[in-house]
Amino acid sequence: MIEFILNDKKITTQEVSGTTVLDFIRYHQHLTGTKIGCREGDCGACTVLVGRLEEGQLSYQSMTSCLMPLGNTHGKHIVTIEGLNMKELSPVQQAMVDEGGTQCGFCTVGFIVSLSGYTLSQSKPSYRDAIAAIDGNICRCTGYKSIERATENIVIGLKNKDLSDRITWLVERGYLPSYFKTITERLAALNKAISKKISSKEKDAIIVGGGTDLFVQKAEEMPQHTINHLFDEMYLNKIYEKDGKCYIGAACTAEDLRSSSIMNNIFLKMYEYAKLVSSTPIRNMGTIAGNFVNASPIGDLTIFFLALDATIILNNGITKRAIQLKDFYQGYKQLEKQKEEHIEQVYFEIPSKNNTYFNFEKVCKRTHLDIASVNSACLLEIKNGIIIKAHLSAGGIGPIPTYLIESSAFLLGKEVSPDLVRELNQVVQTEISPISDARGTKEYKRLLLRQLVYAHFLTFFPQKLNIHLVLE
Amino acid sequence: MTTNKTPQSKHSMKNIDSNNHVQGKSIYVDDVPTVRGTLYACVFGSPIAHGVIKNLDTSKATEIEGVHSVLTYKDVPGENQIGGIIPDEPLLAEHHVHFQGQPIALVLAEDEKTAQAAVHHIQVDIDPLPIITNPREAHANGDIIGAVRTFTLGDTKTAFEKCKYIFEGKAESGGQEHLYLETQGAYAQPQENGNIRIISSTQGPTAVQRMTARMLGIPMHKIEIDVTRLGGGFGGKEDQATLWAALTAFGVYCTGRPVKYILHRLEDLKMTGKRHPYSSDYKIGLDENLKIIAFEAQYYQDAGASADLSPAILERTLFHCTNSYFIPNVLATAYSCRTNTPPNTAFRGFGGPQGMYVIEVAIDRAASEIGVSTIDIQRKNLLQEGSEFPYGQIVANCEAVSCWDDAISRYDLANIQAEIEDFNHKNVHLKKGLALMPICFGISFTNTQMNNARALVHVYSDGSVGVSTGAVEMGQGVNTKMLQVAAFMLGVNPERVKIETTNTTRVANTSPSAASATADLNGKAVKDACNQILARLQRIAADMLGVQPEDIILKDEIVFVNGKATDITWVQLVHKTFMRRENLSAKGHYATPKIHFDKTKEKGHPFAYHVYGTAITVATVDCIRGRYDFDCVKIVHDFGTSMNRIIDLGQTEGGLVQGIGWMTMEELLYNEEGRLLSNALSTYKIPDIYAVPKEIDVHFLNTDNSNLAIFKSKAVGEPPLMYGIGAYFAVRNAVKAFNPNTQMAFSAPITPEKVLMGLYDNKTV
Repeated sequence: MIEFILNDKKITTQEVSGTTVLDFIRYHQHLTGTKIGCREGDCGACTVLVGRLEEGQLSYQSMTSCLMPLGNTHGKHIVTIEGLNMKELSPVQQAMVDEGGTQCGFCTVGFIVSLSGYTLSQSKPSYRDAIAAIDGNICRCTGYKSIERATENIVIGLKNKDLSDRITWLVERGYLPSYFKTITERLAALNKAISKKISSKEKDAIIVGGGTDLFVQKAEEMPQHTINHLFDEMYLNKIYEKDGKCYIGAACTAEDLRSSSIMNNIFLKMYEYAKLVSSTPIRNMGTIAGNFVNASPIGDLTIFFLALDATIILNNGITKRAIQLKDFYQGYKQLEKQKEEHIEQVYFEIPSKNNTYFNFEKVCKRTHLDIASVNSACLLEIKNGIIIKAHLSAGGIGPIPTYLIESSAFLLGKEVSPDLVRELNQVVQTEISPISDARGTKEYKRLLLRQLVYAHFLTFFPQKLNIHLVLE
Repeated sequence: MTTNKTPQSKHSMKNIDSNNHVQGKSIYVDDVPTVRGTLYACVFGSPIAHGVIKNLDTSKATEIEGVHSVLTYKDVPGENQIGGIIPDEPLLAEHHVHFQGQPIALVLAEDEKTAQAAVHHIQVDIDPLPIITNPREAHANGDIIGAVRTFTLGDTKTAFEKCKYIFEGKAESGGQEHLYLETQGAYAQPQENGNIRIISSTQGPTAVQRMTARMLGIPMHKIEIDVTRLGGGFGGKEDQATLWAALTAFGVYCTGRPVKYILHRLEDLKMTGKRHPYSSDYKIGLDENLKIIAFEAQYYQDAGASADLSPAILERTLFHCTNSYFIPNVLATAYSCRTNTPPNTAFRGFGGPQGMYVIEVAIDRAASEIGVSTIDIQRKNLLQEGSEFPYGQIVANCEAVSCWDDAISRYDLANIQAEIEDFNHKNVHLKKGLALMPICFGISFTNTQMNNARALVHVYSDGSVGVSTGAVEMGQGVNTKMLQVAAFMLGVNPERVKIETTNTTRVANTSPSAASATADLNGKAVKDACNQILARLQRIAADMLGVQPEDIILKDEIVFVNGKATDITWVQLVHKTFMRRENLSAKGHYATPKIHFDKTKEKGHPFAYHVYGTAITVATVDCIRGRYDFDCVKIVHDFGTSMNRIIDLGQTEGGLVQGIGWMTMEELLYNEEGRLLSNALSTYKIPDIYAVPKEIDVHFLNTDNSNLAIFKSKAVGEPPLMYGIGAYFAVRNAVKAFNPNTQMAFSAPITPEKVLMGLYDNKTV
C-alpha cells in the first residue's frame, strides 16, 4: 500500500508501485492540469512538486511525474497545479499573466509548478536560481523572454522572504494555499504511521532509484515489474568525508552532489559542472548509482567519477565487495556485477588542495538539458613541475564510459607543455572508437575529444597555454 | 509614419486564456472528460520505409484481452484517401508503404495501454523497394509531385552577361519538427442518425470535416468538428491533424463507440511530417556597384512520401526567393521531390524561410568572394517603393529601407561592430560574429480562393455577446484579438464578450488558421457581423431618441448622440431591440479584395500587403568547444498599428527563437533506411531557456497604411521566424573570425558539430 498526501488530500492506494505518478494523477485522480508532453523527462510539462520531511524539516523539489514511480511518493507530499490554485492567482501565476508568459498554455503549468517550487526554496532569492528552477521546462511558443520577465518580477516579490518560516510567509502573501501550513505535521504523522518500505524484496524485483532512465527505456513494462525502491533508503543517501576520502551513498542524486557542501568544497566549479547535467527536475531524481548501472557510454556522473579513480561498493544482500569504477564496465551495457548485487556506495580519494587540477567538460547540441556528444574529465597532480598523478576519462567515444588508460599513463612523469598536450591527443586518438549517431559523426567526436582534452589543459594552465600554441 | 518605444507589456489586453492557462484549467483534447464506453486507438505503422505489403496478420492482436477490433483499409466505407491538394495519401496503407510509420492498421481497445501493447502483436511482410531520402535523387529519378514551378522576371541570361561578379553554389537547409507541446490527437463521439462529433486538435476544422466525410462516404453535414484550442500548432496541425481525427471517426463508424487517440510523443515524431528540407542551387550576378542584377535558383524540396501541402509550400518559396531585395532579373525554379520520409507539411513561414535562406547565402558568398561586407550588398539592394516582385506585384507601402535604416541608427550598428572587432582582437578562444537579416513577407494565402472567412455574432437579450469564427486558437492570441474587435465594434466591455469554440456547425467552409492571416480574415468577418447588428441597434436607438441612426454611436456601453452621452445603456438598448423582435444575431463574411494570381503566367497580385523588418544578431562562439551563444538580437519590425502589443511582442520573440532553433540546433536526421534518428526529445533539441539570445530588443515601427489588416494591425505570426536566419550567419561569421580559411559549406542548421568542424577546417596558426 502506498500512502502519501496529494495536494490537500491523503491518498492510500493499492496501485502498483511502477505506475508513473503522471498516469496516477491524470487518469486515476482526474487532475488534468498536469500535462503530458514527452513522457521522457525532456519537456517539463508534467512537473510536480515533491515535499518530504528530513529531520523534521519540510523541503520541496520539482520532479517530472512521467518518470517518477508511484512507489517513490510513499510518505511524501505531491503537489500538482490543482494544489497550488487559490481563489486569486498567486504572484507567480499573476506574473506570468502580466508578462504574456503563456501562449498556447500547454507548457505553462509546468513553469508555474517549477516557479512555485522555487518560491519554497530555502535559499536567498536570486534571478539566477529562479531561472535555474525552470531549466527543465521547455516552451515552444514564447521564446522565453516573457517568462524571463515574469521571473524577474517574481524574484523582486520574494525579496523580503522570511527564510526562517517561509511557508507561513508564502501562505500569508498568497503564494500558497493555507493547507501548506499543515503539511509538516501531517507528513510527520503519516511517516510515523506507515510502514517505511513499500519495496519488494523478491528475488526478481527490479531495483529502481530515481527511475529517470528505466522509465524512459522500459516505459511499457515498468508497471508490470515488482520493484525494489531504493530512492529513499536513508543509508544510501549520505555524503560524508572520512580519512581523506569522500563517500557518497548510491541513492544520492545529481542535485545532492550539486548542493553538497563537501563536494563544493572539493570542487570549486561544482555548480557549473552540475548545471551541464540534465535539468533541475531530473537532477532531483537521477541517482549516482543509476547513472553508473545504466552504463550509458556518455553518462555524465560516470565520466566525472572515472577521472576521480573512484571505487564502488557492491552489496548482494549478504556480503559487500569493492571494485574500481573503471573496472565495472566490461562492454556495451555489460557490468562486472552479479544480478543480486546493487551499488551501495562510491568513494574517492579527496584530491589535495594544492597542485591538483580537476576539470569536467561536456559538449552537446544544446548546452543544457541535453545528452553529451562527448564528455570528458581530467585530474592531474603536479609536483615540482612533473605530473605525478593523471586520470583522464571520456564518454561518447566508445561502447562504454571510458577511463583512458594509456593516455592517463602517458602523462605520468611529464612536464606540461604545448607539445605534451598535442602528443597526449595522439595517444587519446588511439584509445577511442567513436561511432556516428544522432549525437554526431565519428569524425566530429574524435575532433571534439581532442578539443576537450585541450580544454582541460587550457583551463588548468591559462598562462602557459593557448590554442595556437597547442595547435602548432 | 510614427514610431513608439517598445510598449510596457502591461498596457495591452492580456491573452484571454492566460488566467486559465496558469491554473491548468484550460481544456485540451486529452482533458475532455471521457464518455463511458470510450475506446482507445493506436496505429500500427509500417516498419519499413518503402515496399509492397505481402501479408498483414492482425489476428494475434485481435485476440488480446481488451482489444475490441483491429481495422484496416478494407474497413474504410468511403474513399481511403485524405490527401488535401493531391489525392495521394491513403488513410491506411493498402498495398504500398512509402515511409516508416505510415499507418497500416488501427487498433481499438478498452484502454490506452492495451491498444499500445497490441500494436506489437501485428505482423506484416513487406517486400522492400529502394528507399530515397534525398530530394535531388528523387528529382533525378523523375519522382516529382505536382507541377515544376518557375518564376521569371526580366532576362537572367542577358543580365549575367553584364555582370562584373558571378557566383554559383549550393545551399542546404534542414527540416524542423514542430514540437507543439500538445501532441496530435482527437476524440470522436457517435451522435444520433450516424452523425459523428469530433473534438480535434486541428488548425483546419473544415479540412478534417471534408476528409472524414469523404473517407466515410457520408455528407459533410454529418460530421461536426469542434476545437477549443491547441497546445501549439505552428503549421503541424494545419493538414496533418486530419489523419488522426479521421481515424477516430473511422473507429466510431465501425464500432458505434466513442474513440479517442492522443499520440505518444514518439509516435508523433515518427509519423508526422515536418518543415521541408531543401537543397538548392543558386547563381548570383552583381555589377561593379554591388547591385544584384541577376539571380537564378533551383529549389529541390524534400516533400516526403505524399503531397500534403508541399505544392503550396513550394510556391511560397518562389514568392520569397528574393526576400527583401529588388532584383531585376530572376529565374527561379522549384521542384517538389517525393522521398520515403513522412509527408512534410506546413511550418510557420511555409517555404518562405527556405527561399530566403538561399538568397542570403548567395549574397554572403558574393560578399566574401568580392571582399566587401555582406551588409553593404544587402543595403544597396533593398526593395524600394514601386519595385517589382518576381511574381509581378508592385511594391507598395514599402518599409524595407525604413526598417533597415532605423535598426542601424537606433541600435548604433557602428558601435556594435567596433565592440565586436575589439573583442575579437582581445580574445583568442572566443570570437563574436554579426549578421543583419532583413525580411519581407507577403500576407494572404497564396491560393487566392482561401482568403475568406466568416463569423457568427450573437447578442443575447441580456447584453452578453457570443462570437464564433473560423479562427483556431493555438497560442497566437487570435481569440483575444477577435474579442477586441467585437468589443470595440459594439462599444461594450470586453467582459461581455465570449469567444466560442471553433465549430463547423456554426461557421462552415473555413480556411485553416494559417498564413498569418487568421486575425485579418476572421477579424474582418467579425467586424462585418458587428456592423450588421450595430445598424439595427442604431435604428432602434434613433427611434427611441427621435434622431437619425447615423447620429448614434455606441461606446463604453452607452448610447451617444452626436458625441453626447444619453442615459440609454447597452443593456437597455439590447433589451429594447429584442422586444421589438429584431435580429440580434449576424453572420459576417469577408473576402480579401484586390488579390489575384494567375498560375499559368505566374504573375499577379497575390498578397494583401507585405510585412517588413530588420534584425541585428550577435553571436559568440567558444572556439575550443564549438559551442555558441547569442548576445543579442535587435529588431525593428513593421507591425502596422498593433492592436495588441503584448501578443504581437510574444509572436515576434517566439517566432524569432523558433527560427533560431531551425537554423542552429534543431537537426532532423534520417538514416538510409528512412528511419528517423532524432526520434525523441532526447535527440531532437529545441531551444531551452539558456539557449535563447541574452537580449532581444523589439522596436515597433508603427505604420498606418495597411488598410487590409484588421484595424491596420499587421499580421505577425510568421514573419519574425525569418529573423532567425540571421543567427546562422552571425555564428558563421564568428567561425570565420577564428578561422578565415574555413571552407564550411552553406548548410543549416549550423550545429555545434558543424561549427567545430568549421573552426578547424584548414586551420592554420
